[in-house]
Amino acid sequence: MINEENREMRDSMSKIETTSAASSGADIRKEVKPSSLASVAASHESKSKSREIRDGVGLEARGIHAWFGKKLVLEDISLDFAPGTVTALIGPSGCGKSTFIRILNRMHEFIPTAALAGDVLLGGKDIYGSGVDVTKIRLKIGMVFQKPNPFPSMTIRENVLSGLRLAQIKLSNEDELLESCLLRAGLWDEVKDRLNEYGGALSGGQQQRLCIARSLAVNPKVLLMDEPCSALDPGSTLRIEETIRELSESISIVIVTHNMQQAARVSDYTGFFLSDGGPGKLIEVGSTSEIFSTPKDQRTLDYVTGRFG
Amino acid sequence: MPKVLPEPREITTVPRISDRIFRGIVTTGGLSTLAILALIAFFLVFNGFEVIRDEGLRFLTGFDWMDAIPDEGIAATYGIGAMLYGTLVIGLLAIIFGVPIAVGAALFLSYYAPEWIKRPMVVVIDVMAAIPSVVFGLWGYFILMPHAEYWAKLIHKYLGFIPIFDMPAPAYSRSPFIAGLVLAIMIIPIVASISREVFAQTPPDRIQAAYALGATKWAMIKAVVFPYGIGGVIGGAMLGLGRALGETVAVYTVLNLVYDIRIEILLSAGGSVASMIVNKFGEADAIELRALMAAGFVLFVVTLIVNFIANAIINRTARRG
Ligand SMILES: Nc1ncnc2c1ncn2[C@@H]1O[C@H](COP(=O)(O)OP(=O)(O)OP(=O)(O)O)[C@@H](O)[C@H]1O
Ligand SMILES: [Mg+2]
Repeated sequence: MINEENREMRDSMSKIETTSAASSGADIRKEVKPSSLASVAASHESKSKSREIRDGVGLEARGIHAWFGKKLVLEDISLDFAPGTVTALIGPSGCGKSTFIRILNRMHEFIPTAALAGDVLLGGKDIYGSGVDVTKIRLKIGMVFQKPNPFPSMTIRENVLSGLRLAQIKLSNEDELLESCLLRAGLWDEVKDRLNEYGGALSGGQQQRLCIARSLAVNPKVLLMDEPCSALDPGSTLRIEETIRELSESISIVIVTHNMQQAARVSDYTGFFLSDGGPGKLIEVGSTSEIFSTPKDQRTLDYVTGRFG
Repeated sequence: MPKVLPEPREITTVPRISDRIFRGIVTTGGLSTLAILALIAFFLVFNGFEVIRDEGLRFLTGFDWMDAIPDEGIAATYGIGAMLYGTLVIGLLAIIFGVPIAVGAALFLSYYAPEWIKRPMVVVIDVMAAIPSVVFGLWGYFILMPHAEYWAKLIHKYLGFIPIFDMPAPAYSRSPFIAGLVLAIMIIPIVASISREVFAQTPPDRIQAAYALGATKWAMIKAVVFPYGIGGVIGGAMLGLGRALGETVAVYTVLNLVYDIRIEILLSAGGSVASMIVNKFGEADAIELRALMAAGFVLFVVTLIVNFIANAIINRTARRG
């Protein structure tokens, strides 16, 4: 089943390559590229539609503004993440995607000058409300960072289970959890014989999947990923994209990416951020196939077709 | 036909004049520190040699420090065993009391202190490192000792069944316990500032990873900051130990030197090689002076070893991660 999907995905990728290779001349390329992205998105959509049941908890951002010092970097972002969907956030560098995603699990407040306005609702409850235990919020909303950051002082096994220790959760069947997390992160086969080696001994792509496994172990309802594949080779990237699609059956995922192909391949919805020198704004959000084929805003079209950004 | 490999070329770089002058200056500086160290060692060995030769290993293990009494035909014996033991005891006590406080202060400064309290506190800690040790000695004698005696009585009352807290005679003042406390306060600045520096270098992405997994601050510190900084803390503690072992005046003020090995740390009887040297120096005759030089040499070597270990630990952990 997984392999099947994988093959299909590779097929559609190679289609894109052949079409763009066949077409010479910038004008033709511009026309061809979006439609092939759209076809990737459409094929993903048709597959994900077949999934009937969506569990998980939804996340809602309402009227988010963010500042660093006096500088407003995000203005009035409202965005819904339905349970069990994958949402891609795209946009040029510096438009505030990372800032936004870090607001979603309260990592924003670690920057001393950072401020924000607006609400983030997890299952209808404001995560910034008074009396909310922030550590519980971060347990429910996991995060995978751009740079793989396993704990080097811990073994692979300890890394995966580190979330339990950090949040003081006791479990009897740790071995089962270990295996299932590594399986879901697509790393089990590669590490099952070396679980007691240190996390730093893995390759970059393996480390990133280790970090994904680590964030799955605490059973999050939502997983935030900030350019999780930007430091990885195409093979590891594919593997992680597969992982994302498997995960999206049980949890909601928000992924920031600069890779349009990736957004088209993995996401159900896409949001486009843009800053025109001032604060970043959400220009448009819609189903991924729509954003890549018939976006409502000209600037979105320009961006996804590579005309700027 | 066999392949002919070329000879590797010789690559030379001729440094500029200015570069050469500068290199000369820093080389001289670097080598002169080594030279001074070597000269001190040589001076001590040269003067103490006879005593070490005559006493042999007994110099390290013996308890007696007696000048010759020619009338009664008694030869001089010099042994620093008790003093060496006492030095290690108060050094260890200083580490036990001082390091937790220093590490706590470093953690507070790095992760808990609000910004406005941070800067003044860093300055205060640095100033503390610059206070002359005689001041610590006087403060320890007049201010700390009355309190410390009271604490010692409490410890003896409740933990007296443990041999080291036993008390053969009610003499609580000028004990290794009190000397250890004074030394602890003296080593806090260096241990705290080294710990703070290594804690501050903890990679932020690991800290974020821990927080993103729902860690509390304390859980994050245990999982990320300590594993990263432990080597630096140990290194800092060893440097502090080096200072404690060599401390003279402060210890001399608050410690009763007794040529005996006693395990009771609350008792007014302890030892310290450095303080002993100061104590005996004034009225020593020529041969006793040589014995003191030899004692100095032993102290020098012990301190050197401690510092080498400290550096090795700091370097090893600096390279990791
Ligand atoms: N710690 C900070 N202090 C001050 N300004 C910051 C800080 N972090 C980000 N910014 C500013 O906030 C804006 C948004 O940054 P952000 O990192 O969210 O962009 P991004 O969309 O993630 O970019 P990229 O695609 O390059 O990762 C930028 O203008 C940036 O300069
Ligand atoms: Mg970013």
